[in-house]
Amino acid sequence: MAKGLIGRKLGMTQVFVGGEELIPVTVVQAGPCTVVQKKTQEKDGYDAIQVGFGEVKPHRVNKPRMGHFRKADVAPTRVLREFRVDNVEEYEIGQELKADIFQPGDLVDVTGTSKGKGYQGVMKRHGFSGGRATHGSMFHRGPGAIGAKVAPGRVFKGKKFPGQMGNRKVTVQNLQVVEVDAERNLILLRGAVPGGKNGTLVLRDAVKAAGQ
Amino acid sequence: MNIIDQLDREQMRMDVPYLRSGDKVRVHYRIKEGEKVRTQVFEGVLIAQRRGGAGATITVRKVSFGVGVERIFPLHSPRIERIEITSHSKVRRSKLYYLRGLRGKAARLKERRFS
Repeated sequence: MAKGLIGRKLGMTQVFVGGEELIPVTVVQAGPCTVVQKKTQEKDGYDAIQVGFGEVKPHRVNKPRMGHFRKADVAPTRVLREFRVDNVEEYEIGQELKADIFQPGDLVDVTGTSKGKGYQGVMKRHGFSGGRATHGSMFHRGPGAIGAKVAPGRVFKGKKFPGQMGNRKVTVQNLQVVEVDAERNLILLRGAVPGGKNGTLVLRDAVKAAGQ
Repeated sequence: MNIIDQLDREQMRMDVPYLRSGDKVRVHYRIKEGEKVRTQVFEGVLIAQRRGGAGATITVRKVSFGVGVERIFPLHSPRIERIEITSHSKVRRSKLYYLRGLRGKAARLKERRFS
């Protein structure tokens, strides 16, 4: 069964696992998430649950959203996300999902918004080599040639150019759950996740749970 | 206190002795060989300490059969059984990397005694 949680990145640290290795982990505040709406095949064309996460002051919520929360009779939350589930019946509106729906050893996919780098050149953005810095070189950080002349007589679509880097949706797959603290709703994931501290993350069961 | 610091603190061992650069130490380190676990003692001079909560490390140097050997131990590792301090030395800096360039008599350190 697919399952997921919304969380907040708290930062990174290292932990000794099983009295052995020191491994790098990202600490995620995952949950509590409230089920706000159930979507069903008959009504919406697919089965999913909509969950909310994060405190928000009631006066910050606009009226249409407030109505949505009121209908479910739950406190308003900052973020709303949907998770496709096999069986909607397992969930109740108003139910709280906690970090313990994941177990240590599980593999998860983590989606977040990467740190924005602004408008960047091809060297930083795409890893081009650029030119030499000295010895009379007048070509330093440019992209170089971008294609042939008469044939095809145009620049191919998708050619790597300077542009906005970062600040986009990024998913990291197959991160291992190292520890789960149900009491404090913390999940420790091995390795890094997209975005900065306090960024909103979505944790789901790994789509490609390889080697399991 | 924020949660990261809190987690860090939970990882830390409370039985780590107070160490200073120049201390001669014996580190009892558990080593896994296949199934068996045995304890190895690494004895040498503490030449550097890196602070930083649970991630703190110490660098211990010894000269073994004429070859300098340095090991970096995570100070809070559960693999460390215990750390013995056999003596202290009079040193004037926190990182004793200059010992690497010295051998024999020149690489001695003056002992520091406490009254």
